[in-house]
Amino acid sequence: MFGFSRPQTIAFLAMLALIIVCPYVLYPVFLMRVLCAALFACAFNLMIGYVGLLSFGHAAFFGMGGYVAAWTMKTWHVDASIAIILGGLTGGLLGLCLGFLAIRRSGIYFAMITLALAQMVYFFCLEAPFTGGEDGIQQVPRGWLFGFIDLSNDMTMYWVVAAVFVGGFLTIHRIIHSPFGQVLKGIRENEPRATSLGYRTDDYKLIAFVLSTALTGIAGGTKALVFGIATLTDVHSSTSGEIVLTTLLGGLGTVFGPALGAVVMTSMENYLAQFGAWVTVTQGAIFMICVLAFRRGIIGEIGHFLKLRL
Amino acid sequence: MIMIFGIPGPLLFGQLLLGLINGAFYAMLSLGLAVIFGMLNIINFAHGALFMMGAFVSWMLLNYIGIGYFPSLILAPILVGIFGIFLERTIISRLYKLDHLYGLLLTFGLSLVIEGLFRNGYGSSGMPYRIPAMLQGATDLGFMFMPNYRGWVVLAAAVVCLATWAIIEKTSLGATLRAATENAPLVQAFGVNVPRLITLTYGGGVALAAFAGVLAAPIYSVNPNMGSNFINTVFAVVVIGGMGSILGSIVTGFGLGVIEGLTKVFYPQASATVVFVVMVIVLLTRPRGLFGKAA
Repeated sequence: MFGFSRPQTIAFLAMLALIIVCPYVLYPVFLMRVLCAALFACAFNLMIGYVGLLSFGHAAFFGMGGYVAAWTMKTWHVDASIAIILGGLTGGLLGLCLGFLAIRRSGIYFAMITLALAQMVYFFCLEAPFTGGEDGIQQVPRGWLFGFIDLSNDMTMYWVVAAVFVGGFLTIHRIIHSPFGQVLKGIRENEPRATSLGYRTDDYKLIAFVLSTALTGIAGGTKALVFGIATLTDVHSSTSGEIVLTTLLGGLGTVFGPALGAVVMTSMENYLAQFGAWVTVTQGAIFMICVLAFRRGIIGEIGHFLKLRL
Repeated sequence: MIMIFGIPGPLLFGQLLLGLINGAFYAMLSLGLAVIFGMLNIINFAHGALFMMGAFVSWMLLNYIGIGYFPSLILAPILVGIFGIFLERTIISRLYKLDHLYGLLLTFGLSLVIEGLFRNGYGSSGMPYRIPAMLQGATDLGFMFMPNYRGWVVLAAAVVCLATWAIIEKTSLGATLRAATENAPLVQAFGVNVPRLITLTYGGGVALAAFAGVLAAPIYSVNPNMGSNFINTVFAVVVIGGMGSILGSIVTGFGLGVIEGLTKVFYPQASATVVFVVMVIVLLTRPRGLFGKAA
């Protein structure tokens, strides 16, 4: 029903097995960070991989989703599920507004416009009272899911985050393999032709953008709940750049690439954190190596080697 | 005291001057971006990092070798320009046959590396660069006091921008350049070494960014983030102006600086976002940009 090919089904089951086993071996909070980043990267990949539009402003949706989830959680004491959904709605609504402007141009202009619009969102978050400016929203309670599941336990929270990730992942896969997704790929390959076949390409691009940003908002909201904090870092343009790198490293337009990219990037940030600015240098160097030497990314190269679409 | 629209004159003119200075940097940076884009079809995301390098090189020249402001105004752009040529020859030129987005991603990675290295070496707090003795003090213009250095920045930027415009629009080298932008294979068929022209263009655009960096050094402290603070706004300026015309970039740059300065007087909360608001309006009414050509 999700359109997985045989090798993809095997890879998916392997991923599920890893998601189930890992929390018993590794630190669950770290894994939750990985899963949020993975969902973020998969949502981002929907735009770059299947519509061919590079957004350099996805941090705006990630950060705003986080802010809204954290704020509603802390002030209104809503249910965790509501907070995450509100995060997604915020991402989607913001995506609708910014996407409406950005899809007027394509290629590098699209990248620059999304970057500039996200910068505007950043300045808004810096000034707006509800975000807490430089301090961010701190000490957000994790609260309860559906009113009876206590999320303060790390393991319980982990299963919720895992469920959100798998749900998001399958949604994206379903979108890509729907007739709608086929039209998107058609637009990516040859937009004038799609237009001449009677498709309103701008509408398709905008819907794809909104879906991508809504899922990004969900990822942001989930992350805010996990860590109990929403800060300016998540709206900053460096986060936008990081997610581009994550997806590029894993493999643009591959199914499992963004998730693997998130594993690599988050581990790197985690274990290299003590080296300060060297993290940025390493990231930049990886960026350049990816672009120069292996543009297919890790999963893309493996898939190319095995002659499979992963 | 003169009052204009209920605002004290000196305050208004002071902010106007600050706006002009920001505008001067927008103009120089977006001009370099436009020239590079025209020739290489690459959006140089490393532009902000190279701007920062210009400031750092002039700081190093002063503190390590004792070379003062005015010589480094020429020397630093040359050094950074050579670095740019090296980058173009070794790395960037490998991407010309690929989608433009890869050039963007590569130069973005490049800017991360450059900024990260400088942050490692010099921290992110920033180092002061003294205004040269000749340009210290202020002049009474009658309606306001103008710090000499700030006046000099606006003047120097305007001269350099116009000189770049003149080189591109009025000289034979510029004519070749414009022809190569339109149709590189044909120009190459006439015996022009187009790859070398591309390399020189990149070096020139980078030198322009470095020149802006040297001018900026005494105003903002010399720190590794000075480029990235600027460059996001510069991209908005480029979208507003469209990358079709040289003069367009200059006018848009200065114009937006002034608009930003005026916003600081009348509605300070919006001063950081006004450029982006203008961008939204332009996108809604003229998606190609004010001076952009139809694709």
